[in-house]
Amino acid sequence: MGSPVSFFFEVVISGLLAGVMYSLVALGFVLIYKASGVLNFAQGAMVFFAALTFVSLVERGVNFWLAIAITLAVMIVLGILTERIVLRPLVNQPAITLFMVTIGLTFFLEGLSQGIWGSQPHGLELGIQDQPMQWLADRTGMFVSQFDLFASAVAAILVTGLALFFQRTRIGRALRAVADDHQAALAVGIPLKQIWAIVWAVAGFVALVAGLLWGARTGVQYSLTFVALKALPVLMLGGFESIAGAIVGGLIIGASEKVAEVYVGPYVGGGIESWFPYVLALVFLLFRPEGLFGEKHIDRV
Amino acid sequence: MTPSDRGIGAPILAVEGVSLAFGGVRALQGVSFDVREHEVRAIIGPNGAGKSSMLNVINGVYHPQEGTITFKGRSRRDMVAHEAAAQGIGRTFQNIALFRGMTVLDNIMTGRNVKMRSTFLEQSIWIGRARREELAHRRKVEEIIDFLEIQHIRRTPVGRLPYGLQKRVELARALAMEPELLLLDEPMAGMNLEEKQDMCRFILDVNEQFGTTVVLIEHDMGVVMDISDRVVVLDYGRKIADGTPDEVRGNQTVIDAYLGVAH
Amino acid sequence: MLYREAGQFRATYAEDQQIFPLRQDRVAIGVLLVAAFIAVPLVADQYWLSALLIPFLIAALAALGLNILTGYAGQLSLGTAAFMAIGAFATYNFVLRVPGIPILAAFVLAGICAAIVGIVFGLPSLRIKGFYLAVATLAAQFFVLWAIQRIGWITNHSASGVITAQNIAILGVPIDTPRAKYLLTLSVVAVLALLAKNLVRSETGRAFMAVRDMDVAASVIGIPLMKTKLLAFAISSFYCGVAGALYAYTYLGTVEPEAFNLELSFRILFMIIIGGVGSVLGSFLGAAFIVLLPIALNLVVPPISEAAGIEIPHAIISNLELMIFGALIIFFLIVEPLGLARLWQIAKEKLRLWPFPH
Ligand SMILES: Nc1ncnc2c1ncn2[C@@H]1O[C@H](COP(=O)(O)OP(=O)(O)OP(=O)(O)O)[C@@H](O)[C@H]1O
Ligand SMILES: [Mg+2]
Repeated sequence: MGSPVSFFFEVVISGLLAGVMYSLVALGFVLIYKASGVLNFAQGAMVFFAALTFVSLVERGVNFWLAIAITLAVMIVLGILTERIVLRPLVNQPAITLFMVTIGLTFFLEGLSQGIWGSQPHGLELGIQDQPMQWLADRTGMFVSQFDLFASAVAAILVTGLALFFQRTRIGRALRAVADDHQAALAVGIPLKQIWAIVWAVAGFVALVAGLLWGARTGVQYSLTFVALKALPVLMLGGFESIAGAIVGGLIIGASEKVAEVYVGPYVGGGIESWFPYVLALVFLLFRPEGLFGEKHIDRV
Repeated sequence: MTPSDRGIGAPILAVEGVSLAFGGVRALQGVSFDVREHEVRAIIGPNGAGKSSMLNVINGVYHPQEGTITFKGRSRRDMVAHEAAAQGIGRTFQNIALFRGMTVLDNIMTGRNVKMRSTFLEQSIWIGRARREELAHRRKVEEIIDFLEIQHIRRTPVGRLPYGLQKRVELARALAMEPELLLLDEPMAGMNLEEKQDMCRFILDVNEQFGTTVVLIEHDMGVVMDISDRVVVLDYGRKIADGTPDEVRGNQTVIDAYLGVAH
Repeated sequence: MLYREAGQFRATYAEDQQIFPLRQDRVAIGVLLVAAFIAVPLVADQYWLSALLIPFLIAALAALGLNILTGYAGQLSLGTAAFMAIGAFATYNFVLRVPGIPILAAFVLAGICAAIVGIVFGLPSLRIKGFYLAVATLAAQFFVLWAIQRIGWITNHSASGVITAQNIAILGVPIDTPRAKYLLTLSVVAVLALLAKNLVRSETGRAFMAVRDMDVAASVIGIPLMKTKLLAFAISSFYCGVAGALYAYTYLGTVEPEAFNLELSFRILFMIIIGGVGSVLGSFLGAAFIVLLPIALNLVVPPISEAAGIEIPHAIISNLELMIFGALIIFFLIVEPLGLARLWQIAKEKLRLWPFPH
């Protein structure tokens, strides 16, 4: 073991790496929220559904890449169906109603995925070991998991790619317009329905990637749906509609959660990661209700 | 009638040097004016002039960065909405702000909430003071319902009412507070002629029968000329004129503002 | 003609403002209470009492608590189970540490403990709204459960936090049979439901609904937002706390903190969505629905699958249950957002005209 300082850095780094994974899940929320104003609680169930489908296919002898392709197709269809059947009839309903409907969707998807593939837990192998990076340990004395590095690299690439997609492409710009004002977007001829379908499909894709990474880390089982609960405090911190917020929020939550767990946890009996991010986000919001990147807003009357 | 006949007295409200900004938007800049007891005071001005913002400052929905507000002799930096209500300021909104999940009767009853004293425990047992209060206030609310001629829709959920009636229910809710100062934000917007006439009549009746001071925002100049004693004109957040309807009507700055002449 | 209000003139406001202004409703409630207090204990067997009616009543009470906060005051909470947990574990401690405390007093005190914690977790509602607040209530869910699991004193240092409800008695009568437990639960729930019904139709209830429907307008007519929201959190948590106490003392007997997990919070949320947000009756209808559904499924599915010659394992039934819950939530939110209570109201209006269509 290295010095206390390098141990501290080790803790922070592993926290940041976990944070990237939180950002990844949070991103799925942000995409849908931006496009349709829905806080999609079912994002966690989608992650689970994707991971379970993939693992089950692989276990039945389907080739790795083919399994990814099939799962992706399934996720896209699922996303589009959700938009069509569940959300479209509720356009213009209060945001809180939309939120509740996605809780219903969560239950439905959990039942559906386990109904199809069974409820037993599965391991998921991506071929990268969850072991410390040897050369880093040799040089700095810090133990950083190779899998964590890989997972956060993938997540980082995806997050950057999506951020660029929404900044640079025509669809991305249309999406931002939709997020700002549905009516106006319709008026200037943006095909709202098409945009929604695309967004739900992309959210399905993000869920697949998150499902693979998280599934490989924790195993594919029911509790995988709880990754959504990891992303929610990130969103509170970063704002539901900010991609930058999801990234920075994820890093902050990841790092501070790990630090708290390692340095405070032992004194209070451990296990504080279940609530610490929430309380952190809550305290932050009490002082800055507009969130990390939000603008101060006064209701118009 | 001259103002003194109608018992118009000393200022009940004075705003001085009020400035309010939203980020870069300066909604109000150093606005001052007063409102005398029992008068009907109009605020007019083009869209975005800051009229609604002014009302919001007066009853504590917005908090200005500068200025003072003096109501019934007490000066403050800003008001707090629910305290303004307790001190006797009632209000209707430009965009209807009724409680959509409740009936007309319940909406108006909420206007009596400030006057109720029983605790939630007494109310849940429904005895003694809670029950007496509920009945007494119901009686008062029925008077207002009769006054505004909305008996027939008492039990209707407000969401199902046509626009003109919703406006009237909102007035009823404000009147239920028995306010000394009533702030009306475009009470006649979007109404047909007949509805407008009814509303004018109600406002004047309130002013005369209850002695309520009225501050009203209105775009229809005919109405303003008819019912107001004095008029404040706002443009781009500044006061550009203040006086009787006739004075204001002849004012060149006001005419320019409405015609959109560049400053 | 079964259900008519014609000819019932309400001459005074007092008559108009009775808790149930229609005579039919008063009769129906009377019959229901007589049946519940006298007939049911006489005829129902142990399974009915312990496995159906008691959990139904407790769930209805918790749903009522959540409905006060979410349905009436408009503050969505995902932490209902945490407040139930506080009620259960606080009762345990009051009975354990205050010798001779009457059990009803312990229930009330436990409810007050839940209310205090409810106020603390309601504080963010003053600054954050909508689903930021809903997410914030998850903090209550996770923190409270964690605290109960980690602070040994709360569970009297029992292994893994499991507590066993002490034997209780009221005025020397031991509450140890399903029948006695049922009657105790029923009495508590009936009284609290009556209080809630009175509350929501008076000043406080209107203040709650005003804050729910439009908070700016509410404050402008003099309703203090802070006090009103915190009161909603307090009353709601009190109800959930008492429900949790009953959950431990008249239903489960032995409870672990995990029994009050997020899943339970969601279930109670589902009850009010299906039963009807903003309706006391809806809390009961929704609770009945959610409690009965799994039982109905377990009754119905095996015979069907037998008849069809396929074997459906138990796991599938429980997944089916999840799917049906989820689908129903989606269905109700889309088709009838005011839930079963609204359907019941529509049925009553139809019945009132029957057999004449006009
Ligand atoms: N809550 C708010 N947040 C941001 N800007 C606001 C807010 N309320 C008002 N404004 C801005 O302040 C300015 C004045 O608005 P206000 O509503 O007071 O105008 P108004 O005179 O009532 O106009 P109208 O006749 O259209 O009702 C406008 O530029 C408006 O966009
Ligand atoms: Mg205006």
